[in-house]
Amino acid sequence: METQFVTSRLRPTLAAAAACAVLAGCATLPPPAELDRQAAAMIKASFRDEGIAKVDRIQQDLGQAACSSEQPPSDEVADRIMQEARAGVKWPSGGVYLGDWREGERLAQNGRGMTWTDPSTAATANGGNCYNCHKISEEEISHGTLGPSLWNYGKNRGITGLDSPTAQPIFEYTWMKLYNSKSYNACSNMPRFGHFGLLNETQLRHLMALLLDPRSPVNR
Amino acid sequence: MTRRTIAALAGVLGGGLAGILAGAMAGGLALLGTGAAWAQTKSAADGIAEYRKMLEDGNPADLFEARGEALWKRARGPKNATLERCDLGKGPGVVKGAFVELPRFFADTQRVQDLESRLVTCMETLQGFDGAAIARTPFGRDEQNNVTALATWVAAESRGLRFNLPTGNAEERRFYELGKRAFFFRGGPYDFSCASCHGEEGKRIRMQDLPLLTKNPGDGVGFAAWPAYRVSNGQMWSMQLRLNDCFRQQRFPFPGFGSDVTIALGSYMGVNAKGAQSIAPAIKR
Repeated sequence: METQFVTSRLRPTLAAAAACAVLAGCATLPPPAELDRQAAAMIKASFRDEGIAKVDRIQQDLGQAACSSEQPPSDEVADRIMQEARAGVKWPSGGVYLGDWREGERLAQNGRGMTWTDPSTAATANGGNCYNCHKISEEEISHGTLGPSLWNYGKNRGITGLDSPTAQPIFEYTWMKLYNSKSYNACSNMPRFGHFGLLNETQLRHLMALLLDPRSPVNR
Repeated sequence: MTRRTIAALAGVLGGGLAGILAGAMAGGLALLGTGAAWAQTKSAADGIAEYRKMLEDGNPADLFEARGEALWKRARGPKNATLERCDLGKGPGVVKGAFVELPRFFADTQRVQDLESRLVTCMETLQGFDGAAIARTPFGRDEQNNVTALATWVAAESRGLRFNLPTGNAEERRFYELGKRAFFFRGGPYDFSCASCHGEEGKRIRMQDLPLLTKNPGDGVGFAAWPAYRVSNGQMWSMQLRLNDCFRQQRFPFPGFGSDVTIALGSYMGVNAKGAQSIAPAIKR
C-alpha cells in the first residue's frame, strides 16, 4: 500500500476521530467496546510479514484474546481454556517421558527461535528459552526471574529414582505443563511448546530429563 | 578500554555463565575465583556492576548527537532547506523541551505523532523528502540513519527534564487507550504481550533488568532512556527501533515504522512516565 507517509492519509481507524476533530467538541473518549474494536483494527493495520513471522500471528486464539487485558478472564472462560489445553496434549510415544538431561541443558540455554531473523519455524531450529525466565541449575547465574525457580524441581517432588512411586503423576503433570502451559493456568506466561510445535517430542523429553532425572544437575 | 573489550563485556549481560567468564577475563577484571559456586556468583555480579559503571564514562551517543545537530541546521533535500522551522510541538524551531512532551497531537497532520514520525513529517514538508520512502528504509541506513541522529540530538536537548506529555486533546487520550490495549495484546507463537516482560516489578530476562512500564518506572528508566547507544552491537537505537526489536523478540510480525501501534505504545508509556527525568540518549549494554 503506497501512501504519503503522513500528510495525506486517513486510515480507517482514524477516520472517525478525524471527523470528530473537525466537529470540535468530542472531548469524550469512545466507549470501551469501541476502543477495543479500534485497537484491534490498529494492530491489524500496523504489522506486515517479515521472514517467517507472518501477520497471521496476530490472529488471536481464545487463550490469547481472553488474557489480553489487566482483567483475568471469567472462571467459566478460564476453565474452558484449561480444558481445551488438556484435551489437546499429545502424550509421548511408548510412555517414555525422559530423554537426556545434557541435551535438555543445551536446549534450556538456547534462546533462539521463531523471530523474523530466524531462518526456519522447524522445532529443531528452536531453543527452549528456559533460562530467559527461570533459575534451573545452580551453576548458571545468568537466569531470568519471570518464572519460578526450577532448581531441585524433581528432588522437591520426591523423585529420587526413575521408579519412585511419585514419579508417574509428576511426569504427566510436567509433560502437560511443557506441552501446553495453559493446562493448569489459563493465562500462563509460558509459551505452549508442544501445542504450537515449538519443540518436538524428543526435545520435550530432554527438557523433562533436565527437570526430573535424579542425575541432572538440577536435582543434585 | 578498547572497543573489543567493551563488546566482550557486553556479552556478560546477555549470555550464559561461559559468556560471563570469557567476558570478565577479556576485560582483565580477574574477579572470578575458582572456588565455591557462591564465590563465582559474587564475583560475576561484581564484574557486571563494574561493567555498568564503566559504561557511564563515555557514551558514543555523543557522536550521533553532534551529527543530528548538524543535520538540523544543514540545507538538504529536494527543497534545499534546513529543519530549523520544524515544529516539534512547542512551535517552529523550538527543540528544548519538545522530547519530553512527545508523542502529542499535531493539528497540521491531524495525527498523534512521536518524535521520529514528526521528524519525517518535517523532512517531507520542509525539505521535500519522500516520507513513505524513509519509512520503508531499514534502520541504520541512508535517511533512516539521519532520522536517528536527529532524534538523538532532539532528545539530548531535553536531558534532565521531566516527562510531561499533553493529554488535553481527545486524540491524545484515545491513543493512550489504544496503546494500553496494544500493551496487553497477546499473540504470536509464544503468546507474548509487552506486559509479559514489562508488567511486573523487579523482573529480569537472564541478567537484564526489565522496567515495569504500566506506571512511571523511575528517572532514566524505560521510556526516559531511549534513544540509547547499544554497546553490544555498536548501534544507536531510537525508540522506534527499540519497539521494533521488542516485537521481534515477542515473535510478532514486523511493525511499520511510525505505524499507529508504535505511536500508541509511545503515548501509553510516555504518559505513564510522567515526572520521570529523561537521561536520553542513554547507553545500554
